[in-house]
Amino acid sequence: MTTRAIEISVGVFVAAGVAALLMLAMKVSNLSAFGDENGYELTARFDNIGGLKPRAPVRIGGVRIGHVTGIGYDSERYQAVVSMSIDPSFDQLPQDTGASIFTSGLLGEQYIGLEPGAEDRYLAAGDVIRQTQSALVLEQLIGQFLFGKASEAGAQ
Amino acid sequence: MVLDTLQRFGRSGLEFFGRVGRAQLFLFQALAGFPGLVLQLRELLRQMYSVGVLSLAIIAISGLTVGMVLGLQMYNTLVDFGTEESLGPVVALSLVRELGPVLTALLFSGRAGSALTAEIGLMKATDQLSVMEMMAVDPLKRVVAPRFMAGFLSMPLLAAIFSAVGILGSYFVGVGLLGVDAGAFWSQMQDKVDLYDDVYNGLLKSVAFGFVATWIAVFEGYDAVPTTEGVSRATTRTVVHTAFAVLGLDFVLTALMFN
Repeated sequence: MTTRAIEISVGVFVAAGVAALLMLAMKVSNLSAFGDENGYELTARFDNIGGLKPRAPVRIGGVRIGHVTGIGYDSERYQAVVSMSIDPSFDQLPQDTGASIFTSGLLGEQYIGLEPGAEDRYLAAGDVIRQTQSALVLEQLIGQFLFGKASEAGAQ
Repeated sequence: MVLDTLQRFGRSGLEFFGRVGRAQLFLFQALAGFPGLVLQLRELLRQMYSVGVLSLAIIAISGLTVGMVLGLQMYNTLVDFGTEESLGPVVALSLVRELGPVLTALLFSGRAGSALTAEIGLMKATDQLSVMEMMAVDPLKRVVAPRFMAGFLSMPLLAAIFSAVGILGSYFVGVGLLGVDAGAFWSQMQDKVDLYDDVYNGLLKSVAFGFVATWIAVFEGYDAVPTTEGVSRATTRTVVHTAFAVLGLDFVLTALMFN
């Protein structure tokens, strides 16, 4: 093995390693670490966020337009405060847009679905979404169902 | 009788701490030789060839098969829940976070670490290191530093190649053979895998493993009993100790990074 061949093969090796790293960065991960500053921030208060997590998608009509950046708790209103970052190209959301927490599929992850309202003025950075609908909690639903069944049986 | 047992206990303890101390002194001396590597770039390249390039085949093939098996197994489980699209994130996360760095480090110690130990140990057994010292050449700078640096640089690259090839392997099995939707495979993966949390932390892990694996390999060689049997024992110890160190360190790093 000549020195030249060794040096060339090491060069190929390093290039392959860097290419693999680039692939992991660009193709496998979302590079969201760089995209965060571009979006504008909205917040919404929910009575119950269920299993919503940071980085969960924010969708409108099923199209992803942003993601959840943080989840906090408002101890005066006893509500969860969800802040989300919306891609700046979607800057025409009416002010009476509503936010709900949905689950994708039966066992899928939870996301925030926005339903656009009818107002002429648009939501700007830092605005609060007023109309919100909490996550459906399966245990609550089952509890209500059982309770309803029991009272039905009692009435008969 | 009791005293004998205690004495044996104490002796092995003293030996252990003596080795740990020697390993640390050795590390500092080897690190002191790093700046001088600028003058022996050619030697560094030669070591990167024997440590990195020659390990490439086993790393790439293992990565490919691990990714393919992972894709197959995960698919069989996920299809029961109708969520076979999450094959992408499952495979990518397990490869980037855990399997890539850990398996690469274990293969690396078997393929390159044992060779480093045997080479340095035999240099010691055949008095080549003593001869260097007599010629006022520091063997730590001339022999150990370039090998150490080569292993340290090669490991993260090998781990990245392992993960990338593994993901391609699972793509081939999942999308090519089992019919998972290609768009969902990549988009869900990009949704769930974070550049900082997952890729960067995995890279950090492989850097730490590379450091530990190479340190153990060159130290065991340098510290070997200079006989045939001593070199063979040192080579075994390299592989065993690296496996312990990497798996233990992996638990600690995982607990620190992903909770």
